[in-house]
Amino acid sequence: MTAATRTTPASTSPATPTRTWRGPVGWWRDPWRKPRVLIGITIAYLVWSLAPVIVAVVFSFNAGKSRTVWQGFSMRWYWGDKIGSVWHNASLHTALVQTLKLGVITTVITVPLGVAFAIGIDRWRGRLPEGANVLMLLSFVLPETLLAVSLLFLVTTIAVPFELGTTAQVVGLVTFQLSYPAVLVRARLATIGRQYEEAAQDLGASAMGALRRVIMPMLMPAIFASAVLVFADVIDDFVIVRYLSSDASTEPVSVKIYNTARAAPTPALNALATLLLLAALLAVVIGFVGYRLLTRGDSTHEDRSIGAFAGEL
Amino acid sequence: MGAWLTRRFRSARENGLWTALALPGIAWLVLFFLAPLYIVLAIVFGRLDPIFRTPEPVWDPIKWSGSQFTYVIDRIVGSDGIFGPALLRTAVYVLLASAICMCIAFPVAYFVARLAGRRRGVILALLIAPFWISYMMRMLAWVNLLEDDGLVNKALSLGGLFSVHEEWLAGKSAVVVLGLVYGYVPYMILPLYAGLDRLPQSALEAARDLGANRPSAFFRVVLPMCRPTIVAAALLTCLPMLGDYYTNDLLSASPRTSMVGNLINETVLTPGETGYAGAFVMIVIVASLIPMLYYVRSTIKADLVAT
Repeated sequence: MTAATRTTPASTSPATPTRTWRGPVGWWRDPWRKPRVLIGITIAYLVWSLAPVIVAVVFSFNAGKSRTVWQGFSMRWYWGDKIGSVWHNASLHTALVQTLKLGVITTVITVPLGVAFAIGIDRWRGRLPEGANVLMLLSFVLPETLLAVSLLFLVTTIAVPFELGTTAQVVGLVTFQLSYPAVLVRARLATIGRQYEEAAQDLGASAMGALRRVIMPMLMPAIFASAVLVFADVIDDFVIVRYLSSDASTEPVSVKIYNTARAAPTPALNALATLLLLAALLAVVIGFVGYRLLTRGDSTHEDRSIGAFAGEL
Repeated sequence: MGAWLTRRFRSARENGLWTALALPGIAWLVLFFLAPLYIVLAIVFGRLDPIFRTPEPVWDPIKWSGSQFTYVIDRIVGSDGIFGPALLRTAVYVLLASAICMCIAFPVAYFVARLAGRRRGVILALLIAPFWISYMMRMLAWVNLLEDDGLVNKALSLGGLFSVHEEWLAGKSAVVVLGLVYGYVPYMILPLYAGLDRLPQSALEAARDLGANRPSAFFRVVLPMCRPTIVAAALLTCLPMLGDYYTNDLLSASPRTSMVGNLINETVLTPGETGYAGAFVMIVIVASLIPMLYYVRSTIKADLVAT
């Protein structure tokens, strides 16, 4: 919006002759000139960041075994090939199933835990919740490798009631992801303010009732967005799921890519990665559409753009 | 008095509700975040089983022995400093990659947040996209491109005009640093975008009205106002890079470019060397403690301003 108001004088007021050429100095001094350098950098960045991935996706449809020489279009590496395709190769589709399984289980556990945690420490006054907040923020910035190694030590040296594998992976992922819903919900609580809740309590609602019938509906968009973010982030996770996996049967897609990327893989690996990409994009698109529906006509959400949806991390 | 008591009672009960809501999360963090960090300590300062070469954690700090830790420290600074170069390399790579990230991320974020106009939504969606493309897939994409017969060598040979057989994936520092930049720059753009988006346009216009030219308005108004954002964005990129070993493994796989993450990864599953991995983990935690606490403090301060 701000950029639009900035550029309007150039088009409306006849006093600023933007169309005539006044030499490089005049161009440099013109306050309404187009930011061509910045446009150039942005476009170059977008091409650089997305083109390699698009090339990788294109080669997943290659008819031959090469990931570098185009040999015609086919769906061979998705299901055509009887041995190596994602559909027929057990180790590849096990990885995909494991990834989606971890995504769903972790989201189902993380979101309620994180939302309750956020509401709790936001309202509960004292030293303990402050410390818990610091702990949560630390878990957000601690390098993931360190968390993964320490959880690996936890599982291997102490008699915890679970072993390496799906359970350990879920425990690790929940720990690492807990801060997402917590941060998003706390940010939303700050913009809501206390007045709605106080009004409800003045009208006779209990604290629990005000929370359930006033605050929770207002938090729904943030909760929904954080669920989508957690899911999309978990299916892309690599570090935690690798250290906490038990054997090949619990290795998700990212680990599969890591293990085979340098060992002359077939385009089936690209196909597997493409399917994962599709799952993540699908989740995000569904999430964004849902977020728009949930916040429709809600005056407390000033910004309903994709940036607000992503929580502007 | 009675009313005061009821209010007092009610607030105590409410506090009970908030406590009950927060406790599961707190318990989870203590059990699976705080406790494992203590286990790392107990293993580093613990003993090694003489037969099975498995680590034996020692829980009582009074009985801790520093033999494994000093072993690692000796290998870092001593005459047989085999770990030293990797630590130094980590610092250089991370600083270099973060600096390049900033050079890319700041102009892009500035443009999208302040000047993109109607196209902002679309560009923002494209900027966020790498977030939801698996890191491994993005690295795989570069492995494909950089292979000996990959598109990069083909493009450089201009369709067979020259014969280029550069082995990009054979332990080149530049490739690893650029790989880190490619991997982490989205994590820098988004916080910067959020901060620049919140910057009041009126302050910038006031500076221009009061006679500042474009560069001085930028350096004397924009930069100071978004310094906390810049620091936070830099931290959010640097910290995960400190534990990164996979970028290195995929794009170089050579000990010539190994970082501290690679040391952790190589020792953690080797029998008898688990303690060293713990020591490296501790070194990284100590190195990143101040930046982490700075980030936590600035976040809490920003929360207080917001509420």
